[in-house]
Amino acid sequence: MKVAPAISVDQVMTEERAAAFAKRSLKAGTKLAGLKLAIAMMDLTTLEGKDTPGKVAYLCHKARHPLEPRYAAPACAAVCVYPAMVAHARRALGTDSPVKVASVATGFPSGQTYRRIKLEETRRAAGEGADEIDMVINRGAFLAGDRAQVFDEIAAIKEACGSAHLKVILETGELVTYDNVRIASQIAMEAGGDFIKTSTGKVNPAATMAVTLVMLEAIRDYFYATGIRIGMKPAGGIRNSKQALAYLVMVHETLGEDWLTPERFRFGASTLLNDVLMQLVKFVDGNYQSSDYFSLP
Amino acid sequence: MPASSPSKKPVTPRRSLRAVKSDPVPPGERRLRFGEQWQYAPAPEAHDHLVIAPRHELFINGRSVPPTSGRYFASINPATEEKLTEIAHGDATDVDLAVQAARRAYEGEWGRLSGRERGKYLYRIARIIQEKARELAILETMDGGKPIKESRDVDLPLAAAHFFYHAGWADKLQYAFPGRTPQPLGVAGQIIPWNFPLLMAAWKLAPALACGNTVVLKPAETTSLTALRLAQIFQEAGLPPGVVNLVTGPGDTGAALVRHPGVDKIAFTGSTAVGKGIARALAGTGKRLTLELGGKAANIIFEDAPLDQAIEGIIAGIYFNQGHVCCAGSRLLVQESIYSTVLRKLRDRLQTLRVGNPLDKNTDVGAINSRPQLDKIRGLVQSGLDEGAELVQSSCPLPAKGFWYPPSFLTGVTASHRVAQEEIFGPVLSVMTFRTPEEAVERANNTPFGLSAGVWTDKGSKSFKLVNQLRAGVVWANTYNKFDPASPFGGYKESGFGREGGIQGLAAYVRLT
Repeated sequence: MKVAPAISVDQVMTEERAAAFAKRSLKAGTKLAGLKLAIAMMDLTTLEGKDTPGKVAYLCHKARHPLEPRYAAPACAAVCVYPAMVAHARRALGTDSPVKVASVATGFPSGQTYRRIKLEETRRAAGEGADEIDMVINRGAFLAGDRAQVFDEIAAIKEACGSAHLKVILETGELVTYDNVRIASQIAMEAGGDFIKTSTGKVNPAATMAVTLVMLEAIRDYFYATGIRIGMKPAGGIRNSKQALAYLVMVHETLGEDWLTPERFRFGASTLLNDVLMQLVKFVDGNYQSSDYFSLP
Repeated sequence: MPASSPSKKPVTPRRSLRAVKSDPVPPGERRLRFGEQWQYAPAPEAHDHLVIAPRHELFINGRSVPPTSGRYFASINPATEEKLTEIAHGDATDVDLAVQAARRAYEGEWGRLSGRERGKYLYRIARIIQEKARELAILETMDGGKPIKESRDVDLPLAAAHFFYHAGWADKLQYAFPGRTPQPLGVAGQIIPWNFPLLMAAWKLAPALACGNTVVLKPAETTSLTALRLAQIFQEAGLPPGVVNLVTGPGDTGAALVRHPGVDKIAFTGSTAVGKGIARALAGTGKRLTLELGGKAANIIFEDAPLDQAIEGIIAGIYFNQGHVCCAGSRLLVQESIYSTVLRKLRDRLQTLRVGNPLDKNTDVGAINSRPQLDKIRGLVQSGLDEGAELVQSSCPLPAKGFWYPPSFLTGVTASHRVAQEEIFGPVLSVMTFRTPEEAVERANNTPFGLSAGVWTDKGSKSFKLVNQLRAGVVWANTYNKFDPASPFGGYKESGFGREGGIQGLAAYVRLT
């Protein structure tokens, strides 16, 4: 296992820097482009015990056609569902859809199950048509100091993914310190993750600007060292356009424009989409519409 | 290690794992691209509601008065070179009138007020500054060229904070110096620089007034507008006439104030050359003096530093306020083992700095304050190049009109280069290396200045050790350019003497018996 010595993170300066991105003032075409980019980067998510094929069908259609065509809203990047819903999502989207199917796996959200089951769950989800697998790391092992186990498990899941892309959820709310987040990011990238992702959305706090910044900085160092561009997905807690645009500014000014694409940046969210659409409609029509005019996913 | 690990056998990642990813970028091309793909549209702060009078008079004895000479000089916006207004040229006669007014106020109403009553005025002034913060920030930016982001988020909140802080001291002075009784000095002459016009006025005025003195203040020639707006705030706050007087003008106006026999104390912030002249002029006169002069601060980055945050600290240290900061971290000392890493990160970070219209809310680096300052920066950078340093500059476009210098750093600098010794006072960083903590301290202290320093390491013990060895008035650990009215600020050696802020700052405005 080759894990380079991790760089330490200073909390105060990180939070200060993260807050500074939210001060950028985005106007006119910049804002419009940002809103559309946010839609195209969205992993529209439903992860509930009460999910049904019907609910997933709603979600899939919303992801493909977020708004009526005259607003020129792009399709979302993916829908994100539980493994049992993958086949339904695949069916709802069809085979020619630009919208990907992402499935959480590996005993999501806690990950407290047997590795054999995690691997089997991953293979099944990929086999039933998931283009992307969102795994959770073994936080228990990480906090107990067994980083090798964390690494090995990610590498094993990556193999089980086959051709599916792997997003590695660190669950930063359980790792707590920025130093931990930085180290876990590095392990996830070295072990084969295509994306690193902040949270499951089931733990508070979920994504924050500062924790995302720490992960973006880890991605930057990995790029400098290897030339490989790893993707980033903040998930949970991003509910409105203003927040989403601040994240885009942060990516833009930390990693540059090569990351301003759904290939390398995603938002994991469920309620964000309609707020972005509301802003988009306001931009085109000049006035705000009530939420009644935006279909529920 | 937990004993319960089900599988201890590591799974070796296969080479093919990487195959699904796009091919790695070859080492030579691993640069981040900050291009045109998502340009930020202009976001200028509206300023049409701000009326700048075509002419500004002196402020003496609570009133606007024309200069006895009848002369005025133009004040321009350094970002556009357009004339904003004209400002009274005060001379020795005007200074004399101002000092007389200050003396009358000191011996009259102001001198009889209790600390609590003086505190009320200061609180009132602080609140009015907060209420007018937006207007003052725009004015500061138009007059001096600094980005609105900084005048709005740094200069104005801190200026108000200094009045609030010292308002709190006004009725508690007798407790500030245990066992001793503080008495005001009398009339203070204060000369302030152009880099933080309103904030420096607040730094100087607030403690002087809290301690019961009266003041004649001379703002810098290129940046008098916010101080003059502050005079209107004093009127609005009902401050008794003569307590604060403003005499605007160039260097000779300041010289007249320094020489005036009726002044009990001079406080000067500015260049070391002028500061030395003032010290000579005051020798033997019995006037008190505090000087806050230049600096050439070392920002020391150890290999165990939180590196990405250290990069932010380097950027904040040298490009904040276009580098027009006496405590700017203008000498970067990087541990040799991380030199290339730091340089790569710094190079990429430099590209994200947005230079341009200071009124644009997205501008990070604004205009150079004046043409002479721009010429000085260019001259010093040229000397660095002549002596063999290499220049790295942001490729950002610069506006056609106005005074601009792109954020820059010089590599290959040695301790004997002029750019390692002299204060550039612009957005230019000199990068040097060291090998051990001992060498870092030796190199950091190897300067005639001693105002500030920065230390970046994850080891608290190392920070504390260095803090005691560095000959600098302020040492920041894992941060830079942080200011607070409660924290004393000032220098060693050619950076001056006396402190501003905190209890130590009060001491400069009282006679202790």
